[in-house]
Amino acid sequence: MSAQTSEHKTMSVKLIVWRQKGPNEPGRFETHVAKGITEHHSFLEMLDVVNEDLIKQGKDPIAFDHDCREGICGTCSAVVNGVPHGGQKRTTLCQLHMRKFRDGDAIYLEPWRARAFPIIRDLVADRGALDKLIQAAGYVSCHTGGVPDANSIPISKPDSDYAMDAAECIGCGACVAACPNGAAMLFAGAKVSQFAALPQGQVEAPERVAAMIKTMQECGFGNCSNHYECQAVCPKDVNVKFIARLNREFHKALFKAKAGTFTPVGE
Amino acid sequence: MILDGKSPTGPIEQSWDKHRFDMKLVNPSNKRKYKILVVGTGLAGASAAASLGELGYNVEAFCYQDSPRRAHSIAAQGGINAAKNYPNDGDSIYRLFYDTIKGGDFRSREADVWRLSQVSNNIIDQCVAQGVPFARDYSGYLDTRSFGGAQVSRTFYARGQTGQQLLLGAYSAISRQIKAGSVKLFPRTEMLDLVVVDGEAKAITVRDLITGEIRVHTGDAVVLCTGGYMNVFYLSTNAMGCSVTAIWKAHKKGAFFGNPCFTQIHPTCIPQAGDYQSKLTLMSESLRNDGRIWVPKKKEDCGKPANQIPEEDRDYYLERKYPSFGNLAPRDISSRAAKEQCDEGRGVGPGGRGVYLDFRDSIKRFGENVIRERYGNLFEMYERITDENGYKVPMRIYPAPHYAMGGLWVDYNLMSNLPGLFVLGEANFSVHGANRLGASALMQGLADGYFVIPYTIANYLKDTKPGKVKADNPECAKSIEDVKGSTKKLLAINGNKTVTEFIRELGTLMWNNCGMARSKESLTEAIAKIPAIREEFWKNVKVSGAGAEFNQQLENAGRTADFLEFAELICRDALHRDESCGGHFRVEHQYADGEAKRNDADYAYVAAWEFKGVDKEPELHKEPLKFENIHLAVRSYK
Ligand SMILES: Cc1cc2nc3c(=O)[nH]c(=O)nc-3n(C[C@H](O)[C@H](O)[C@H](O)COP(=O)(O)OP(=O)(O)OC[C@H]3O[C@@H](n4cnc5c(N)ncnc54)[C@H](O)[C@@H]3O)c2cc1C
Ligand code: SF4
Ligand code: FES
Repeated sequence: MSAQTSEHKTMSVKLIVWRQKGPNEPGRFETHVAKGITEHHSFLEMLDVVNEDLIKQGKDPIAFDHDCREGICGTCSAVVNGVPHGGQKRTTLCQLHMRKFRDGDAIYLEPWRARAFPIIRDLVADRGALDKLIQAAGYVSCHTGGVPDANSIPISKPDSDYAMDAAECIGCGACVAACPNGAAMLFAGAKVSQFAALPQGQVEAPERVAAMIKTMQECGFGNCSNHYECQAVCPKDVNVKFIARLNREFHKALFKAKAGTFTPVGE
Repeated sequence: MILDGKSPTGPIEQSWDKHRFDMKLVNPSNKRKYKILVVGTGLAGASAAASLGELGYNVEAFCYQDSPRRAHSIAAQGGINAAKNYPNDGDSIYRLFYDTIKGGDFRSREADVWRLSQVSNNIIDQCVAQGVPFARDYSGYLDTRSFGGAQVSRTFYARGQTGQQLLLGAYSAISRQIKAGSVKLFPRTEMLDLVVVDGEAKAITVRDLITGEIRVHTGDAVVLCTGGYMNVFYLSTNAMGCSVTAIWKAHKKGAFFGNPCFTQIHPTCIPQAGDYQSKLTLMSESLRNDGRIWVPKKKEDCGKPANQIPEEDRDYYLERKYPSFGNLAPRDISSRAAKEQCDEGRGVGPGGRGVYLDFRDSIKRFGENVIRERYGNLFEMYERITDENGYKVPMRIYPAPHYAMGGLWVDYNLMSNLPGLFVLGEANFSVHGANRLGASALMQGLADGYFVIPYTIANYLKDTKPGKVKADNPECAKSIEDVKGSTKKLLAINGNKTVTEFIRELGTLMWNNCGMARSKESLTEAIAKIPAIREEFWKNVKVSGAGAEFNQQLENAGRTADFLEFAELICRDALHRDESCGGHFRVEHQYADGEAKRNDADYAYVAAWEFKGVDKEPELHKEPLKFENIHLAVRSYK
């Protein structure tokens, strides 16, 4: 494949980046300069350039999480100038391009910061708590095989679109990192709302919401106090209306518990 | 050696049902005594682990990402096929079977493809029951669309995020089993070796990617679901971590590698923009439903803005050459056609490596809103990467390495030639032949995991005593020593070149010599050059940091080391297969119009390679392919 780098103007940016060897080590900011960057470099490709440089100098490269580099796996995660994923609307960090920056810019780079996400190294945080939330009840309990024909339960297009809007969450955790309380309400709300809108998810709806809320507390996530920072940074535009839905589903569950038609897990 | 694929005999329509009945079962109360190691938690792995856990087996599941939800399957956009015939346009299990065999250019096993087509319908039912929000029409029923290589509308989709939604379905199923205790999950854990005891696969050696600890996990069977190896080309549509490591290590322990040279180059990717680039981005093939592909007829026009090129000066070459399939011609054909246009100097964009994908006419016909509804996220993605608005100017696309049809050889039961080693999804070689049709990989991953392995693994386990091999087995100890040894060696070299420099060099060589077109000369050259890169790697690579810590350079170095060995095998396979078929295009074998020319008399077989040592020639074994239901014919899409 041929390349045409020569056509592009290059720039340099100054990175002030968080370095931390391990969860129990102290962290600090370090400054590095990225040179020879073009507007077509993605943010992570810019970091690749810096890392190649560091390796050649015999220094430890900056650890950062990434995999698909297409904005869909939810792996990349870093706070750029105080904003998770760097502040371009509906964009993950791997899809942020350097054309959004200018020659000579100073860029602050930090990991997700939240009580529920311990830092593993540099920009890499442990988001296993999000998996715990799904393991708590983020599923429909159907066995493999023995299910009815897919078209036997029609679902209206608006319901199915609503479920899909919620299901778009990529589990990146930016919402948690942006929230002053470190809450995972947008993430959990999206999952609860997806199933609440579908006939498939109805039977265990109260158990689901109760178990997820309980697990959120156990994992060290905070509570929502309506800052809406989560929606602002969400790369998939997951809407805060799903938090409202989460609360509504929770109250429905409490009501059912009072009426004795449902016993929350673990009580 | 002539290999036996163990295809069932008798009428194809009954083959799977009969085989399922003939296989032995494991008593429910005995299942929990067996431990199954599932490596990989993409569509194939997560669905397998969930189904096996549900059945009562003890499952340990591994992936290198921090969560199963991030497996590369998440990136699939376009959709998943099934033979439901909901649109009443003439689809059937038989037609899906027929399209897949023909699409694969008659290089896959009939019985396996039949089974895939048959269970495809169960997959859709299963996913809908899990709450996968597939697209629906206003009456509430499931919607479908068309994909390359088929004239019926059989592709189910969830916006442009089908893989994501299917994976989240399988991930929720495995999560449910994790909570139930039947599946134990080991994320951020990479398999670095397979342990074979008395000829059977009984354990794996892994590295904990956070602590760097190297340890062994024993089990009664190993199921590899580790995806494809297209990063051997460095730039591909695959995620950065996709590697050949797991299956290559199994190959080195005796598992045969099937058809490694069958690789797919996808026609609708965003063209490369510069040398710094780390990956190529795919845009779903479904765009070809409404987008028209063209290049300027005159070379002089290539530098002009597209809207200044009048209609009569545009060459809609796919519609011209393949009138019945048009823009929906299969991937290998569309990719080659694009390369041909660019080679002749009619390519557009930087370096002349691009063709237009134009929505002007469909925007005129349906309005921008309809197009936005159908493909909005793809247009957005295109704009983010290229800074161009696809609604206003035609997008530019170019082919890119995308999918590995080759993989470990497996029989009809999805078991490799090593008893106890099963291989599922993109990691095996089965069903797609020499070319995969769009929307069929998701189908295969889930078919293998939900609906094949739960039956066939029992047939192996019923003759196996549970817990035969313990961690103190000398083979386990040896494997740990080997893995620790190569890790230490990598860290000790402290040379001058980075891992990226090596994989880039290898990838460029592979793309130029074993990419969209191959010849005896190009392949011979690559086979001569690869060992030299490998040798330099082991002398001059620089891997910083330590082994007992989170070390991404070390991870990359290990994967690159394996690619450097594996690359030679692909080239050898491509060299020996002196014919063109599907994605494997040998320039020596083409018809006058440039179409691939197959040689059934000499090459209607699966090539299964046996490892003989890193610097030794591998040994070729053949599994002859029989076509009893669909007659061998020249594959035409005209
Ligand atoms: C951009 C893109 C779009 C696509 N679109 C479509 C589409 O529309 N329709 C379609 O049918 N197909 C599509 N495909 C193909 C399809 O997505 C893949 O073939 C399929 O998802 C592979 O699934 P899998 O389960 O076999 O492997 P993967 O999803 O790749 O999973 C591999 C798993 O193995 C693990 N793993 C790998 N190596 C190791 C190791 N050494 N140790 C431990 N774990 C390991 C990984 O962690 C991961 O969990 C697309 C592919 C790409 C790249
Ligand atoms: S809701 Fe948005 S920000 Fe939060 S995890 Fe999902 S995609 Fe990320
Ligand atoms: S790397 Fe996958 S979303 Fe960014």
